[in-house]
Amino acid sequence: MTSTLSGDPRLKSVDRAIKKNGARGDALLEVLNTAQESFGYLSQDLIRYVARELHVPLARVYGVATFYHLFTFKPKGDHTCIVCLGTACYVKGAGDIVAALEAEYEVKSGGTTADGRLSVTTARCLGSCGLAPMLVLDGAVLARNDANSTLERVAVVLDGTPAQEAD
Amino acid sequence: MQPHDLQTIASKVQAVRGKQRTRLMCCGSTACLSSGAEAVRTALDQAVKAQGLAADVHVGTSGCLGLCGRGPLVRREADGEPALTYHDVDAEVAARIVATEAPSAPDVASPDVASPDLTSPDVASPDLTAHILPETHPFFARQHKVVLALNGTIDPEHLEDYIAHGGYAAFARVVTTMSPAEACDEVKRSGLRGRGGAGFPTGIKWRAVLDHPGERKFVIANGDEGDPGAYMDRTVMEDLPHQVIEGMLIAGYAVGAQQGYLYVRGEYPLAVKRLEKAIRAAGRQGLLGANIFGTDFSFKLDIRIGAGAFVCGEETALMASVEGSRGVPRMRPPYPAQSGLWGCPTLINNVETFANIAPLFAGGAEKFASVGTEKSKGTKIFALAGKLNQTGLIEVPMGITLREIVFTIGGGIPDGKAFKAAQTGGPSGGCIPAEHLDTPVDYESLRALGAIMGSGGLIVLDETSSMPDVARFFMEFCADESCGKCVPCRVGTVQMHGLLDKIMQQRATPADIEKLQRLGELVKRTSLCGLGQSAPNPVLSTLRYFRHEYDALVSEGQA
Repeated sequence: MTSTLSGDPRLKSVDRAIKKNGARGDALLEVLNTAQESFGYLSQDLIRYVARELHVPLARVYGVATFYHLFTFKPKGDHTCIVCLGTACYVKGAGDIVAALEAEYEVKSGGTTADGRLSVTTARCLGSCGLAPMLVLDGAVLARNDANSTLERVAVVLDGTPAQEAD
Repeated sequence: MQPHDLQTIASKVQAVRGKQRTRLMCCGSTACLSSGAEAVRTALDQAVKAQGLAADVHVGTSGCLGLCGRGPLVRREADGEPALTYHDVDAEVAARIVATEAPSAPDVASPDVASPDLTSPDVASPDLTAHILPETHPFFARQHKVVLALNGTIDPEHLEDYIAHGGYAAFARVVTTMSPAEACDEVKRSGLRGRGGAGFPTGIKWRAVLDHPGERKFVIANGDEGDPGAYMDRTVMEDLPHQVIEGMLIAGYAVGAQQGYLYVRGEYPLAVKRLEKAIRAAGRQGLLGANIFGTDFSFKLDIRIGAGAFVCGEETALMASVEGSRGVPRMRPPYPAQSGLWGCPTLINNVETFANIAPLFAGGAEKFASVGTEKSKGTKIFALAGKLNQTGLIEVPMGITLREIVFTIGGGIPDGKAFKAAQTGGPSGGCIPAEHLDTPVDYESLRALGAIMGSGGLIVLDETSSMPDVARFFMEFCADESCGKCVPCRVGTVQMHGLLDKIMQQRATPADIEKLQRLGELVKRTSLCGLGQSAPNPVLSTLRYFRHEYDALVSEGQA
């Protein structure tokens, strides 16, 4: 098995999490959380690495990683837009926001544009229901959006290029 | 640390605070932060410095002030004056707020009207009146704060602040003067029931863990708040981390556990950060660790972060997740009290339940039980959202009517629209229509209506909302979140979602509605865990009260 990981400085925090928990199998979730935080996503090599270091069967690591929604197995785009689809946001029109983003950037929710510039994801409820509909654009929480304001804001983060030219 | 050291810390904090006449607390919750609270806090600090008021005015960060839809919020507490809240504050308004604190400035008067019109506030007016919300405003006046009593007064990130307001004193008294059995009995007498939604009597649960033999026992706080539309637990963890820890300490002593876990939803990074900080601070002061207050009681507390799985709110699934496995539920019995984490007796309570414990012991079981109804004691926190003029986080006495929550606290429906239904309990709950608005909010009454108390999400729908569409929204959620272990839930939720899709697309026949109803009852009766057993609730309750909307979609399609 050739690993692209050896010597990667980002492995340090993963190793720390493993060591902190005495390399016990029940630390799997915490180690995977740390791994994703450092690398942004869980690559095959990274999953193999965690399995080996924690002495847990690869099947179990894979089974746990795929069970939980927060783990992703593909790299994210340069920019991310998370649309909250909690109940309060939904009844105030968050579904339209997702549809507008999908149409404008030719991307399915949960995916990344072909040029790797924008990832569009949805969240179950970000717990700021007083601000519905809300979205998180590159880490910034934005309140009370509609389809148009969202497209404008996304266009701005994508280098200020007008939305229709962004793909 | 000894119990009397708490008093020393409290006196020190009070000595500093006592000299300052006014406290301006800027809300530091997620909602206000995303509306620009950080800039407001900076502006307050700068204005106090610029105007040379540092000796008189304390500026701090508080927990959630409740009216999340009108943030950023700043709460003003001054000696000898009623507290008030400034809403829709920005940097410029912040500077003007500080200016009114100058000794030469006229007194900050509450507006004459007890309930300023929040639907169209004239926030551009040069007068601060348009930003002032007195405590007598209906949004605050009808609330009753037990769990959130310190919110707005203390800084969530300061252990000393919590101690200065009586924090950890209840725990000190329990651990030095009460036996574990007496502590369990106190909880039992208070009538406290689980705030996670099911409403199981907390004292009985504690006693079961205490009575079950075992060398190792565990206490777990369930902070895996997954219902869309609910953020009570997040607020409690972010704003009152020490109150949660104190509740867990008392529970640990009462049931004989030495180790606790706080299971926090992965989507709540601020809650994790504040809890970690609180655990470190408590550890440094000797409030966690070995031989606390010089007694035999030792308690260690660790955080476990979830990774996005709604089913992990179910207690057996949560324990599997703490053990590092897929969060799949298992059959009960054995209950966690008999065989929980790693096969040991385990107490699992919701974080809001734990946050009730310190106030309960501080005031005593009788005082706690003086609020609420015969079978539902105390208060409940709700996240009030949807089509309402005033949305946010509220704590109300059990037994309050839904009408008061929606129309008095929530300020009614915007744009002159009519109220259609209140949805409680999220994907596990149901809808309550207008004719039942006068129902008291307690565990039994809501269940009788086909809804549930749930963990505290309360979404208001107006006349423009389509009930079958809301049902479909929740069913899509459940189908996606089903763990797949048992067939009724795995297959049933998908089939029900398909039928709801068909109905919404006006392709359904009357027979499809009958099938939906039968399938719902089947999934409810035969699923393994609470997720599947409650997943049909949104469908069954909308079929019960809004059947005509389903029928209309079918007949329009057939026409």
